[in-house]
Formats: sequence, structure tokens, C-alpha cells
Amino acid sequence: MDLKPKEEHWDLVIKGHSSLFDLKFADVWRYRDLLGMFVKRDFISFYKQTILGPLWFFIQPIFTTLVFTFIFGNLAGIGTDGLPQPLFYLCGITAWNYFSECLTKTSTVFRDNASIFGKVYFPRLIMPLSIVVSNLVRFGVQLLLLAVMMAYYAIVKPGSFQISSALLLFPLLVLLMAALGLGVGLIITAMTTKYRDLTFLVSFGVQLLMYGTTVIYPLSEAKDKFSEYAWIIEMNPMTGIIEAFRYAFLGQGEFTMASIGYSAVVTVVMLLAGVVIFNKTERNFVDTI
Amino acid sequence: MSDTVIKVENLSKAYQIGQIGTGTVSRDIERFVRTKVLGKEDPFLKIGETNDRSKKGTSNIVWSLRDINFGINQGDAVGIIGKNGAGKSTLLKLLSRVTSPTTGEISVKGRIASLLEVGTGFHPELTGRENIYLNGAILGMRKKEITRKLDEIIDFSGVERYIDTPVKRYSSGMYVRLAFAVAAHLESEILIVDEVLAVGDAEFQKKCLGKMGDISKGEGRTILFVSHNMAAIQNFCTKGIFLKNGEIDSTGGIAKVVDRYLQSEKLLYSTSYKNLKTTAKPIRLKSFDLINDLSTGAPMNFEVCIDSQVARTTEFAIGFRSIDSSAVMQLYSGHVGEFFDLKEGLNVIQGSLGSLPLSSGNYVLNFWLGSGGIEYDFHSAAMTVLVHEGAIRENGPISTRNGYPVILDTKWIQK
Repeated sequence: MDLKPKEEHWDLVIKGHSSLFDLKFADVWRYRDLLGMFVKRDFISFYKQTILGPLWFFIQPIFTTLVFTFIFGNLAGIGTDGLPQPLFYLCGITAWNYFSECLTKTSTVFRDNASIFGKVYFPRLIMPLSIVVSNLVRFGVQLLLLAVMMAYYAIVKPGSFQISSALLLFPLLVLLMAALGLGVGLIITAMTTKYRDLTFLVSFGVQLLMYGTTVIYPLSEAKDKFSEYAWIIEMNPMTGIIEAFRYAFLGQGEFTMASIGYSAVVTVVMLLAGVVIFNKTERNFVDTI
Repeated sequence: MSDTVIKVENLSKAYQIGQIGTGTVSRDIERFVRTKVLGKEDPFLKIGETNDRSKKGTSNIVWSLRDINFGINQGDAVGIIGKNGAGKSTLLKLLSRVTSPTTGEISVKGRIASLLEVGTGFHPELTGRENIYLNGAILGMRKKEITRKLDEIIDFSGVERYIDTPVKRYSSGMYVRLAFAVAAHLESEILIVDEVLAVGDAEFQKKCLGKMGDISKGEGRTILFVSHNMAAIQNFCTKGIFLKNGEIDSTGGIAKVVDRYLQSEKLLYSTSYKNLKTTAKPIRLKSFDLINDLSTGAPMNFEVCIDSQVARTTEFAIGFRSIDSSAVMQLYSGHVGEFFDLKEGLNVIQGSLGSLPLSSGNYVLNFWLGSGGIEYDFHSAAMTVLVHEGAIRENGPISTRNGYPVILDTKWIQK
């Protein structure tokens, strides 16, 4: 049991403090199988012992669309850029759901997994990443619903919408939504390990944020009615993404390279900040949670 | 080239005890300003004292571990022992990277797999097979690796019949079996185990210990094992680390370290027992004395003092238990047809045994007084005695700690 000189090679050195930007991506890559396993677990445990199974993925957006069509479309009479109302809402809801699910689920990742994180080491980042990927499965299923609805309107009311070439940007849009949700979620989860207050903020904050995003109204409508405040809505990085999303699928929406570029920059900043803060917290959160 | 696989240098871990809540924001800001902006020493770490659970401290910072240094060589099976709260689990947590040290560093060669708790990440809705994959992946195995070992794991767990049933339908024993089976098949160079053996039935515990023995002796892998079961620790650990209040008390050969631990925990042996309890029982044991020192193969003489307020017949029994409290031997007057007619007042009974058939070490004694199934007085773990090394025949010295507590003279004839 003697201590030898320092020039030996060690596979791993555990220290009290490490560089802020030591993000351990190599570790995450080594554990990529685990990510797949978590996704599978989430999917299976979601529909086990339910009668309708994966059908539940459809039910929530269908009913939300119905309610939105009735309240915002008919009762409040908010315009939809000339698009069929159900299509307009469903398109927004599908995209928004993906973002908000990514955000709310990652924002509690430390708390939800405290017991497992406290017992075994694996790169913690795997857990939020798996959430984003699991939600992608769900998002994919809900896109099917959107496709069915689009096919229906294409037959019943031909020309009521048109798919634009911006659809090529679709992968980028999904990536942006995932990364933005993940980034903000990571920041929040890192802070909630010590200050629980933020959890309360998230649950209703996300709901309120939806009204600050162009989910139930088009940006053009907002600019018409509140021209002096519309910049607030435009500052929201999700607005650019949702508008682009709607433009890609339905051919209506204010899609500009500037707005999507702005969203992309905010997303990258948020994601970077999120990962750095997350990694910093991850090292010691077991002691404070 | 050295074959040190784990090197721990000046390792410390401080915890904040008490409430974390009000005041933390302002203190966090103060800490941040002092350390990062002004570049001063962290005020959080200045105060602090040794971690003695039973004493009230003056600050709310405790050092769960303080300035720990040790090295572990390739293939060592190291037992980590100490009282509750001595820092054993903290050390394992640091080694397995669940949390990070306050100061100091740990250098490791090879892959570490830790079993701080079996079945981590098991999902109740998934089947046994799915959970093997999930748990394996959490512990750091690749999918291919698990597929390759799947049959072996299922076989070891002994729950083949239920392997495609969700684990929420499992009994707790089956659950643990499956979980340990996964862990035992990890291909890591270093294995960290924390008291997993407290669960499962005797047969499975034996299997686990056997597997761990194989891992350390047969496969040359390094094991760190935390347990309060001294018998298990002595069984397959070669070295020991004894932690006391967050500091290393002693390291070295396991026998030496365990002895040191038992002694410091006031498991010191004695030769007499006085009943200080004041409960008013009509018949009570007053004292028990060993007349001579105990050693393997030597006679044992003792004297029992009974205080009786009534005249009654009684029997007397002495139970010997090992330090980990498994029953070893009983001396019971009833077994040899002896009954004592007590008179009012003090009664003295002497007993003797021709040759003590116990191997050397510490034993815990229980005393029982009663008759015809009625218990008059019972003293559990009343005293600890030491049996010295000895011999059952002139030419046959007994090696210590071969794991078997009872040593008997036997006639051997070669034909």
C-alpha cells in the first residue's frame, strides 16, 4: 500500500473541482446504449396496463384542438391566416407540445431521478437526452395525426392550404425545439436542486408562455391588433420556430431567415448555458436535493 | 511499474447539516463573492470539525471524510469497516462518482462498477429480461456485452421461469437475486459493494459471497466491500480499512484491522458480568464469572450467582454467539439433567467444561434462567469473551480464523 510517483497513467482522476467546460461528451457517447434503453423504458411504461395504449398519444391533441377551435376560433373569433381552424391549431399544438414536454420533463430531471442518481454513476446528461428522444417518438406519432388531418382537408377543401418548400427545414426546426426545451429545462433543473421555488414557476410559466407564442393566433394577427407590443412575441424564440413550422406544413405564417436565425442563436446560447450549468450541478447535487 | 489501481490522496468531503433553506441564497452569494471575486479562502470550509455523531457540534459543517490517504493494489479484496456514520458510504459514493469530493483526489486505473444498492433503476413495469438490459446499461455495460451474458445472468439469478414477467410481480427475494445477478456479471476491473448481502435467503447469500470470492481471487479483480458482517468481511477480504469519525484509524491485513475495530467499538472482552439492572424479578442472575482464561481445547470453569426471593427449581443456560451474532454453542443444564433447587437469597452454582471446542476469537454470551418453559431471567449479549489460541491435542495447534467456530477432537485411523 505505498504511494508511487505521479507520472503513472490513470484512467480516471476524480477531483473536487474541474474545469467549467469539461462536459464529458466522450462519456455520454460511451453510454449511448443506455439512452436507447431509457427511451424504450419510457415508451413501454407509458402504455402498459392501459386499454387504449399508444392511442393516448392522439387523444390529447385532438381534444385540445377541438377546445381551441371552439373557444379561440369561434367564441373569440381570432383569425387563422385563412387556414382551416382545426388544422391551424393542431399544427401549433403539435409543435408546442413537443417543446413544452421537453422543457417540463427535463426541468425536474434531478428531482425525479434523485434516488437513481444517488446510487450509481452514469453521465447524467443521458437522462435529459433520453427525455428529449422519448418525446420525439411521441411527437412523431402526433405528426401522423397532423398528416391525416391534412389529407382530410386536401380532399374536402382542396387548396385551403399548401405545403411549402420550407418543409426541407423540418429537421432543423425539430432540432431547435428540442435543443431549446432541453437548454431551458437543464438550467431550471440545475437551479431547482437548491431552490425548489422554480418548479412552481415552470408548471404555470410554460402554460402562460404558450399564450406568448403564436400557437392560438398567427403573428400577423398580433401585429395587426397590438402593433406596439408585437415585438415581445417576436422576442420569444419559439415564435419564429412555430411560425416556420406552420409555414412549412400549411403555407401560411411569417417565416423569415432572420426570425429563424434569431431563434437558432438563442437556442444555441441556452443549450450551452444549460449543459454547462447542468454539469456543474451534477457533481454535487446529491448532497443538496 | 506499480500495480496500484486506486490511489486516494488527501481526500475530504464536507457536508452541511441541518436545514438547507432560508439564508442559503445570501450565503451562496457571499461564498461566490469571497471565493471567485475576491479570491479568498472559502469561508464554508474553514469551520468544521470531526464527525462525531453523538456530540453536539458548534458549526453546521461536518467533515464526513477528512484527509484520507490510501492505495489499493490490483486484486486486493478490501473490507471497509467502521461504525454507522464513520464515512464508509461517503467514501464509496466518492469512489463511484455519485458525488464529488470537497478537496483531494482519487486516481483510478480501469473501470469501476459500484453496487451501492442492487436493482438501481429497475422499472416495475418492465419484464425481468428488459430490466437486465436496463440495469446493465445503467451500470455501464454495452448492449452486446449483456446479450452475450444474458443466459449466464438468468441462470445465476435462478428466476428463469419469471424472466418475461414484469418485475413488479416478483417477490422481493427474486428481485434482489435478479439485480445481483446483473451486477455480478459486470466486466469491470474494480467492483464496489455496499452491504448488498443483507438481503436474500441464506442460500443466495452464500452464492453471492462465493461469486465475490471468485471475482477477487479467481479473476484477479479488485473489490471494495463495506459491511457490518465481520464474518463475511473476514471470509474473503485480504485487507481492511477502518474508518473512525471520517478519518482512517488503521489499515493493513484484515485480521488486524477487524481486531482493532472490535476493540475500539468496546467489544473488548471481559471475564465477568454483573447484573446492574434494577428490575424486580423474583429470580435474577446476579453475576457470572469466568474462573480461568478461555482458550481452545482448555478447560472452562465458571461461577454463576443467582439472587432469588423464592424457593424454586431452575435451569441455567449459556449461549455463545459469534460477533456477527450467529449462534455457535450452548451450555444448558437441562440438557444434562441438572436442575438447581434455589433457596431464598444468594445461590452459587459452579460449572465446568473439560475442553472448550471453540476456535480463537471473540464470542458474545447470552444467559438464560428458567424452568419448564418459563423464563425467569434473560440477558442478551451480556458480555463478550475472548478465546485464546490453543490446541485440542498437544501436537495440533489450531490456526485462527479458518472460518469454523467449533473445533472437536476426532479419532483418525488409517486403514
